[in-house]
Amino acid sequence: MRPFEYHAPQDAISAVAMAGEPAPSHVTSLTQFVGGGTTLFDLMKLDVMHPARLVDITRLGDKGLQQVRRDDRGLHIGALATMAALSDDGAIAKDYPVLRDTLWQAASAQIRNMARLGGNVLQRTRCPYFRDTSYRQCNKRDPGSGCAALDGFNRMHAVLGTSTSCIASYPGDFAQALIALDAHVELLGADGPRVIRFADLHRLPEDAPQIETSLRPGELITGFLIPGGTWPRSTYVKVRDRASYAFANASAAVALKLDGGRIEDVRIGLGGVATVPWRAARAEALLKGAELTEGAAAEAAEAEFAGAAAREHNRYKIPLGKATLVRALLQAQAMEL
Amino acid sequence: MMAEATPPVPEPGENMGKPLPRYEARAKVTGEPLYADDLQLPNPAIALFVTSGIARGRILQIDTAAADALPGVLKIYTHLNAPRREVTKHYTEGGYVSDSAVPLGGPDIVNDGQIVAVVVAEDFATARDAAHRIAIRYEERSPSATFGSAGAATIQPDALAAKSKKAGDFAGAYAAAPVKIDAEYSTPTMHHNPIELFSTAAAWNGERLTVHEPSQFVWQLKNGVASALGIDPENVEVRDPFVGGAFGSKGMMTQRSPLIAAIARDLRRPIRNVVLRDQGFTLATYRAETRHRLQLGATRDGKLTALSHEGWEVTSRQDDYSVAGIEATTEMYACPNIASKVSLVKADRNTPGFMRSPPETPYMYALEAAMDEMAAALAMDPVEFRRINDTKVSPVTGAPYTSRSLMECYDRAAATFGWNRRKAEPMATREGDWLIGYGCATACYPTSMMAATARAILTPSGRVEIQIAAHDVGTGAYTAMQQIAARELGVDPRMVSVRMGDTAYPPGPVAGGSMTTASAGSAVKLVCDKLKQRLGGALPSGRELEQAFDRLGTRRIEEYAEWTPPGQGKEAVQALYKGQMGGGGGAEGGKPKPLMYAFGAEFAEVRIHRLTREIRVPRLTGAFAGGHIVNPRTARSQYLGGMIWGLGQALLEQTELDELRGRYINDNLAEYLVAVNADVPEVDIIMVPEVDSQVNPLGVKGIGELANVGTAAAIANAVYNATGKRIRDLPVTMDKLLDVPA
Repeated sequence: MRPFEYHAPQDAISAVAMAGEPAPSHVTSLTQFVGGGTTLFDLMKLDVMHPARLVDITRLGDKGLQQVRRDDRGLHIGALATMAALSDDGAIAKDYPVLRDTLWQAASAQIRNMARLGGNVLQRTRCPYFRDTSYRQCNKRDPGSGCAALDGFNRMHAVLGTSTSCIASYPGDFAQALIALDAHVELLGADGPRVIRFADLHRLPEDAPQIETSLRPGELITGFLIPGGTWPRSTYVKVRDRASYAFANASAAVALKLDGGRIEDVRIGLGGVATVPWRAARAEALLKGAELTEGAAAEAAEAEFAGAAAREHNRYKIPLGKATLVRALLQAQAMEL
Repeated sequence: MMAEATPPVPEPGENMGKPLPRYEARAKVTGEPLYADDLQLPNPAIALFVTSGIARGRILQIDTAAADALPGVLKIYTHLNAPRREVTKHYTEGGYVSDSAVPLGGPDIVNDGQIVAVVVAEDFATARDAAHRIAIRYEERSPSATFGSAGAATIQPDALAAKSKKAGDFAGAYAAAPVKIDAEYSTPTMHHNPIELFSTAAAWNGERLTVHEPSQFVWQLKNGVASALGIDPENVEVRDPFVGGAFGSKGMMTQRSPLIAAIARDLRRPIRNVVLRDQGFTLATYRAETRHRLQLGATRDGKLTALSHEGWEVTSRQDDYSVAGIEATTEMYACPNIASKVSLVKADRNTPGFMRSPPETPYMYALEAAMDEMAAALAMDPVEFRRINDTKVSPVTGAPYTSRSLMECYDRAAATFGWNRRKAEPMATREGDWLIGYGCATACYPTSMMAATARAILTPSGRVEIQIAAHDVGTGAYTAMQQIAARELGVDPRMVSVRMGDTAYPPGPVAGGSMTTASAGSAVKLVCDKLKQRLGGALPSGRELEQAFDRLGTRRIEEYAEWTPPGQGKEAVQALYKGQMGGGGGAEGGKPKPLMYAFGAEFAEVRIHRLTREIRVPRLTGAFAGGHIVNPRTARSQYLGGMIWGLGQALLEQTELDELRGRYINDNLAEYLVAVNADVPEVDIIMVPEVDSQVNPLGVKGIGELANVGTAAAIANAVYNATGKRIRDLPVTMDKLLDVPA
């Protein structure tokens, strides 16, 4: 790997002061923040990312960065909390089962102990053509070079939110829960703090897949807020070839509020099938107010995937994605509270 | 829910030794053993390979200037300044290498991930940094990647044509058969992915060369390196006391070993090289993809009347490696009319090689899946269908099996598994959202043996040291050799220490073909017997032993023995010293050679979600008979590991190929899927006692490669029972089942 400078500041303001030099996007910024390092170090060894300077944020002493706490605004999750800390929190598991479910199914225990939630949502795609620099074509790595996945082996690639520039799928799990629950992202930059909707964090690839998020270069995620009340009837179905330690072929995070058999409120985030954490707004609109039956769930899934576009090896993701959503809805409905 | 703290220790059955724990067990779990790359060399430099980003073409320009300029970079080798090596042939052609394409031999690229440069630096980080700064310009050509690719030629070399087995009149019998099956199957590319990465370290001391490398055949490596460097094998020593998994991938020398040794000679400095995980996919061998056509004909009462097995295997342009598993599949069941044929498809790939149960894993999968299809067509229980066609002789030659406990295995496993609960009708069993299916299949593995030599050293304390350059690839071979020696000498196993994996010791067999216990064990038994003879036929103990030493006027009694399997002569030992598998055997006294096989029967339960079609296997049961079992504890582990691997082959494993570019896609352990704990809830192992005094003096059949043979078919057959759909192309993944109505 290429040599880099290493800094370990004690507070967030110092950390962001070390970053923020102009760059086309935060992933190509010369300064990168590192938490658990579970993605960044990997990509540096592969020479996909070669930052000149790393700012280790694990020692930031700012109150709240490591914490998970609740108040009348909702649930606050510090960006430096580990995946393990949140998934092992019994009270969270009871009130927000979907958070626990997306985390314990997301990685091995070793990775969950290391990885921080702020970095987790920024995990970059597992597209093999992106991760291996010997492929010349990758618009994400080298804008304008083309996309080898379009006519390559694309069994794990996305069917929703794709473009002719990029079909790489978003690999994470936790983000599906955050997008379903309308989370906010708290950011700190050289110009101070700001808050955005989680739904606005990831950008569709369109014609610029190299710009993956709306983060400004040098901007730091400091936390997440899940506004409002709890979601005890919520779950995450992750479908994969291997029973554990594998990326999703398709996944669905579902949170329900039921009034008898009728759906009072429903939130859906889809994973494994899309280029970004995918809010299933069309399905939600059809389901809201309806009786939750398998037929209604299937209709909603049909509508959500109506615009899906598959390539040679990932056609199965359309029926699988629909089936996964139906299963998650029925599973949430069957939860005993 | 805590799992039990220690795994169950199997009760030894009849004709089984003691279930001793491995004698190096504690050392291994506490991290004590030194594996090849842990062995120290003075002041080594680090070599890192740079591999090609295309599968076919030519290097137009390779620019190393930026890499050369990095402080700490010692030298960068390319085809323009490569150290000279002798051309050596593939091991099937009398040479030593597993792939005859010579790295850095010229500008041509003949497969994905070919070595195009070697960076030598003071440390690994510098070497990797430099590797990323090398710029290569290629002239690219379109590769022929696999079956069906334009330009991939199908051939049948003479050596393969000679393997075709025939009996009776297949065409006539098949045409006349009242019930027929005609189906095509396939298995994908697979890679071994042992946890211990491939590595080579080389150091010269004058004319003498020391090589540290994980190997399943150190004497082959010794002779192979010598041959490629044009030096006397006497001057090469190979050390490798422990191997962290191999499965065939460390069996035969690759081109990496002489290359690293030549670089060490050129730079006059010890060199260490570790092959990165992704590089291991193209710089070692692999299991080639195979295709099969099975045609079975049977009478309505279930007697097979016709069997044809045609196979196709992918190989490289440069070598004709094949596994040709028709040997097993044509002799498995009683059938008077047999035809078989194997062809090779030459593609722009590196040369494949051994991977656990090389011929049987793909070929028996196809046969056992077809047997299940025939049983269904006959509306017959699959176990009973096999019983009707069980045989004690080869249907091809009429030669007898020395022993065959297949149906005993079926009956024991069926009872434990609860096979009587199976409903023959597909889709008939459900539990909540899960469709449930049961399946079974036959496992088999031939008993092979190689010559072996061993030394034993006895001291007046009563301690015995056994020296044999055989290999413990994680199987428990150290303990097995210890037990065999202790039993022969009538001493406590703790008095016996075993030294292996080093060319300082007399050569043992390749740790392949499940031959180690039978072959190395027979040599150990023989040398211990010679030791006893020196002391009057039995080993005295305590004071008497010391007196015996005094009488002989020595403080050390040393014996050496050479063992050759039945039918092999002295030339087998000579071949062994040259690092060749040699041997052969052949007909004895004009009669066809008896068939020697270990057998097993495997049962699987699968559960398939009605909506998402994930496939889970909650239960596997296997019963196996392998002659004398030296150690039921380590044997059980071999069977467990085999069936778990078989589960992976059924559902998970495949090296994904970008056919357009001829390149492997999932070259890492996150995406090359092997079974994890969550995939393996419950595995029952039954060891069926069996006595076979004909196979060898120990009565031992090989078992390491037995258990992973039947599993994939058992699971695929269970998937049919659950869903009514035959998935004939491995692995069976959910996407192939999404169109099943449920």
